[in-house]
Amino acid sequence: MKQVKYRNSASKILVLGTVFLFTFLNPVFGQEEATADAVVATEASSGGDVAKGEELFKSLCAACHKRYKKMTGPALFGVADKYEREWLYSWIKNSAAMVASGDAQAIAIYEEYNKTAMNAFPQLSNADIDDILAYVMVPKADPPASVPGAGAATASGSGSGVSINVVLAILALVFLMLMVVLFLVNKTLRGFAEANNVELPEPEARTPIWKAFIQNQFLVLVTAVFLLLASGYFVYGYFMQVGIDQGYAPIQPIHYSHKIHAGDNQIECKYCHSSARVSKTSGIPSLNVCMNCHKSISEVAETTATEDYSKEFYDGEIQKLYKAVGWDEDSQSYTGETEPVKWVRIHNLPDFAYFNHSQHVSVAGVECQTCHGPVEEMEIMYQDAPLTMGWCINCHRETNVKVADNKYYEKIHKELSKKYGVDQLTAAQMGGLECGKCHY
Amino acid sequence: MSSNKKYWKSVEELNENSSIVETLQQNEFVQEIPTDEFLGDKSSLESSSTSRRDFLKYVGFSTAAASLAACEGPVKKSIPYVVQPDRIVPGVANYYATTIADGFDFASVLVKTREGRPIKVENNNLAISNGDANARVHASVLSLYDISRLQGPKKAGEDISWADLDKEVGAKLNSLGGKQLVLLTQTFASPSTSKLIAEFKAKYQNVTHVVYDAVSQSEALDAYQMMYGERVLADYDFSEVNTIVSVGADFLGDWQGGGYDSGYAKGRVPKNGKMSKHIQFESNMSLTGANADSRVAVTPSQQKQVLAALYAYVTGSGSKSSLGANLDATVVKAAKQIQKAGRNAVVVSGLQDVDAQLVVLAINKAIKSKAFNEGSPRTIRQGDSKAVAQLVKDMNAGRVGGLLIAGVNPMYSLPNADEFKAGLEKVSVSVAFSMHNDETAELCSYTATTPHYLESWGDVELKKGSYSLIQPTIKPLFDTRQFQETLLKWTGNTATYHDYIKSAWTGILGGTSWNQALHDGVLVKPVLPKQELVEALETPEGDSANLEAAPVVTPAGPNVGASARRLSVAKSSGLELTLYTKTSLGDGQQANNPWLQEMPDPITRASWDNYLTVSRADAATLGLTNENVANGALNGSYAKVTVAGKEVVVPVIIQPGQAKGSVGLALGYGKSKGFKEEMIVGVNAYSLYQNLNAVQNVSVSAAQGVHEFACVQLHNTLMGRGDIVKETTLEIFNTKDKHHWNAIPEVSKNHIEYEVTSPEVDLWDEFDRSVGHHFNLSIDLNACTGCGACVIACHSENNVPVVGKSEIRRSRDMHWLRIDRYYSSEESFEGDNEKKDNIAGLGSSLSEFNEMESASDNPQVVFQPVMCQHCNHAPCETVCPVAATSHGRQGQNHMAYNRCVGTRYCGNNCPYKVRRFNWFLYSNNDEFDYNMNNDLGRMVLNPDVVVRSRGVMEKCSMCIQMTQKTILDAKRDGRAIKDGEFQTACSAACSSGAMVFGDINDKDSEVAKLKEDKRMYHLLEHVGTKPNVMYQTKVRNTTEA
Repeated sequence: MKQVKYRNSASKILVLGTVFLFTFLNPVFGQEEATADAVVATEASSGGDVAKGEELFKSLCAACHKRYKKMTGPALFGVADKYEREWLYSWIKNSAAMVASGDAQAIAIYEEYNKTAMNAFPQLSNADIDDILAYVMVPKADPPASVPGAGAATASGSGSGVSINVVLAILALVFLMLMVVLFLVNKTLRGFAEANNVELPEPEARTPIWKAFIQNQFLVLVTAVFLLLASGYFVYGYFMQVGIDQGYAPIQPIHYSHKIHAGDNQIECKYCHSSARVSKTSGIPSLNVCMNCHKSISEVAETTATEDYSKEFYDGEIQKLYKAVGWDEDSQSYTGETEPVKWVRIHNLPDFAYFNHSQHVSVAGVECQTCHGPVEEMEIMYQDAPLTMGWCINCHRETNVKVADNKYYEKIHKELSKKYGVDQLTAAQMGGLECGKCHY
Repeated sequence: MSSNKKYWKSVEELNENSSIVETLQQNEFVQEIPTDEFLGDKSSLESSSTSRRDFLKYVGFSTAAASLAACEGPVKKSIPYVVQPDRIVPGVANYYATTIADGFDFASVLVKTREGRPIKVENNNLAISNGDANARVHASVLSLYDISRLQGPKKAGEDISWADLDKEVGAKLNSLGGKQLVLLTQTFASPSTSKLIAEFKAKYQNVTHVVYDAVSQSEALDAYQMMYGERVLADYDFSEVNTIVSVGADFLGDWQGGGYDSGYAKGRVPKNGKMSKHIQFESNMSLTGANADSRVAVTPSQQKQVLAALYAYVTGSGSKSSLGANLDATVVKAAKQIQKAGRNAVVVSGLQDVDAQLVVLAINKAIKSKAFNEGSPRTIRQGDSKAVAQLVKDMNAGRVGGLLIAGVNPMYSLPNADEFKAGLEKVSVSVAFSMHNDETAELCSYTATTPHYLESWGDVELKKGSYSLIQPTIKPLFDTRQFQETLLKWTGNTATYHDYIKSAWTGILGGTSWNQALHDGVLVKPVLPKQELVEALETPEGDSANLEAAPVVTPAGPNVGASARRLSVAKSSGLELTLYTKTSLGDGQQANNPWLQEMPDPITRASWDNYLTVSRADAATLGLTNENVANGALNGSYAKVTVAGKEVVVPVIIQPGQAKGSVGLALGYGKSKGFKEEMIVGVNAYSLYQNLNAVQNVSVSAAQGVHEFACVQLHNTLMGRGDIVKETTLEIFNTKDKHHWNAIPEVSKNHIEYEVTSPEVDLWDEFDRSVGHHFNLSIDLNACTGCGACVIACHSENNVPVVGKSEIRRSRDMHWLRIDRYYSSEESFEGDNEKKDNIAGLGSSLSEFNEMESASDNPQVVFQPVMCQHCNHAPCETVCPVAATSHGRQGQNHMAYNRCVGTRYCGNNCPYKVRRFNWFLYSNNDEFDYNMNNDLGRMVLNPDVVVRSRGVMEKCSMCIQMTQKTILDAKRDGRAIKDGEFQTACSAACSSGAMVFGDINDKDSEVAKLKEDKRMYHLLEHVGTKPNVMYQTKVRNTTEA
């Protein structure tokens, strides 16, 4: 069964209330700032600038090498101790020539890495290579002590919510104290009055308010009508949202974060959802598309981790991808054992409504976010729009058709704009409200 | 004054002292209700732990739970590819050119695939020959998803691996002890397969290859061989000639491989006052006869005499005819027509008789017919009935050691199947290459299960010089291996068949690349230029004088004169049966295809059956009847048909136009093995197909019982209703103005007559449709042959459900597109009009209209495809209470299924009766166990069109999914749309060019011009619905030479 975000307002209030209570019970804690990667810029024995080396490494080597981990090529930490410096210079500048010349060490590496030739870098000077080696020889810093509790998505609110709660708690406390004070004052005054024999006026016995209410038939009628209307309103509202899954955010087999991909890394939506340009479906990217990047990205950066999701958690999710696609990290090759990922579909248009992505994306130039919401901010993907017919129609009524530079529209636009006496035509004026345009 | 009458309810009341009356006054029943009997069973009541209250609690809880649960949607999974193939984009169709060559149907086609599964067959417009897919070819995509297909190789019904099969069969083939090894195959017409079989022959000893066509053309092949020295079939181009005389040749059907309708239709559309003239002599009412200008109903033996006489008259040689005076006069007229046309005439015959075929070739040779193309004869029939007969003899004599049967089902289609079976038992190893566990596969020692043609590689030489390639459009669904692949294995060749074809094609390709040939699917090599017999004798078109003077070219080879003499003395005793193939089932290979079973026969309009067609006169003599029962459905008697000791009992349909003294029966039905129960219909007429000859002398007698037909058209005659089908003759069409033969009906307003199309008499506000597209469909009744390809194309494009025989019988067929067939009540439709116009008075009208309800004995026939007319003033739209049907600016009448509540008002208000109601859920319903009831069969569904549910109306949408797709493609490319880009499934499938679809706001489009054509009219124009479907008046060429 689908679980939808905005559905149960009652339970939401309950949750909020619990959160409120928890703020009193839980000791307020702030997440420790992750200790920065304390890289001590030690000069390597042979000299070389670590910072410059890092820059070069990232631009030239990082596609195939990591410092502490095997990738397409070997892990480079310790490489300067293993090989002669001169040998390294010539290897980096032109490895293929060395293999061809029959150098035993060179052939050994070449064989070990599936005969994958390393690119030649004749542009690098020996000093550059020294810088790079200096960078790769920096020993791995100890991982920061993992924060207890991180990784599990806690139900409590985010960090900024805590301070608000504190303020609210203090206020509540003040009110409580005020009430106590008032009660005490009242009690004391009464005590004084009794002591001084002052006659306190007895409240006159009146018909209880509920009896008065029942006696007033008009009021009963009005209330009944009001109640009926109100319940009708709510029942109608309830039924109208049946089948509307706005806010639907199911748990996916792999925790894929659109925020990291589309938001932080600014990957264009249609890089992965490429069929949105040409097809009616936007297409869920096949796993080989993921591997275009994830072949070399086997772990997230330290900075990617958030309070809710640790680096280990994200790395684990990447491992899930490798398992599904059958990628063996050690041998850097596909095993052939695949296991398709069964994503849970979020945006479900009913079968009888025809929707074509390419019409909207390629022809009309509509931004993906118009219908899918701020995807680049979504850690967990959810359905942003109600996807109801009224929602579609509304957009068709308001949106102008993008006719510029499209020869198809030339004639029809000229004639229609004359007919309606407007410059810009809406999709509705183009015939975008006709039943058969979407239902067949 | 009140009455003292006493009313009594029972006799008992009269008895004053009755205790019963006393009791009844107090109680409802005399006796105590025996509640104790069913509630008093204490032991069972007590043993039950559920009390009444508990029961109610459970009911209440489960109802509440169910309704709560219903508010939540189901969770849907989306599973992407792990590695997406380059060519596949989800949601975008790919097309592949391939060829069907199942031994009966040969056609170059395009196959539309979605997400890797073939969903539709379309015409390949690059193909010059056999590019027209008929109804069976269109339906063949569904046979791919047949759930009753075999899923792997079998040994005596048990599963076996391919490796074991190869080993076992290989060993046996090598130890036949000098006995014959016979390959019994369909016609492959494949250069690569021929080469492969030659290699197979070289590898094994004593190999014979017998080609067997279930529906034989052996005699025509023999005749061609006698005349031209090559065992092939003559190929005709009917578009080249203006006079066509056919003696029993159903060339618009399956005659000699079919595919002639597009050429024929070209000449049938009047252009510059001219159109071709078509005379047909035949016994059964065939599709071809129905389209003829003049049809003469004659028995098969008379056909032979007609042919002899025709030969005599045309060539001026041979004996005089022995025909009756009336028939003789008709033949003389036909002969004159041929002589007048000279080279522009052609004679064809469907008689399975070497003499008849020789005479036909001789006539065409004598007149040097332009239609006959000697340079590129057809190779798509190669069966030799004598060799098949010999094989059965050899098998029974124990001379055959091994038998490999590929693509044919002799146990079903041989008349002497029992002999074949006896022979098969003496064969030591028999292998059936079959997709189904059919009659033959069941008896063979091994079944090497073959894939469907959409899963196979192959090549075909359709006619000399015209090549076609077969390529797979989907990976084999099951563990199958095609015949050629197996032969390669058994000849010790390790190449795949794909590589084998490629190497075999190096000689064929010439300058073309393999990839180009595969992309196009066809390759036409320049053949020898058409042999001009005597260049000097070239006659100008239509000039008759020269021909008579020209010397008759007497063929050197066979003695045609003797053949003609033999034909002229043809005699028959009793009734003559002509076995024919139906447009829907053909030779019966696809009998398991529900689309084809449900497709109504173009002539009788009956589906799910074959039947004996009998003339009215013969039916009266034999005591056979047809009648319509209370709900309108058709019932018929059974008849016992006996041929040479074999008898079958078949239902009878009384067929107007059936020659007296002849009967007809369709082959291809009654298949029963490897089938779903629903599909086993009809009787197997192959048992009457003695000597593989379609004409048999039979005796027919009435049998017990009444047969229930599923007939979709119950009113057969037009009764002079010229507002449905307009018809005229070429003479009137050429000489009189439009008003005379295609008048627009008029209505009176203020005593002034207005045409109904005039805005003056329009009740409606006209909608402005001048902007954007405005779709129109034109249907030319002259070009439409009634072949039904459009019906199946519509089924396949629009996910039209199959409802089954009993629902069809209740007139609940779901066809969005039907082809109405009307007979004339008099000799011609002209006669009908006269008779109707001359009716005077009520008495006369009652009797004469009644007479007009029965068709003439040799009626004129007209076909009219009818689908939703997409009226601009649609009567259906105004009556829908929920606005589920509404009009689009582009002219299409929309139907929003999810809005429909099923009142059926629209269907009742539609003057064209084209709306279809879903009485049931036809998918995922065991009551309708057709393709939509299993996962495999549902793979054929078009994902762009909704599968309708129970209780909604549906109808032709004018393929709005296709027009919208065309528009979207143009928008994406940023270009204007050219004429011809807009298509509907039916117009794309129409190979005869009868259906033209397009945008009338594009003034240069073909359809816009057709709208202004003077032949144009609308169906039931006087109703004033202003449809967007138009028809072109039928013109008949009745001119005589």
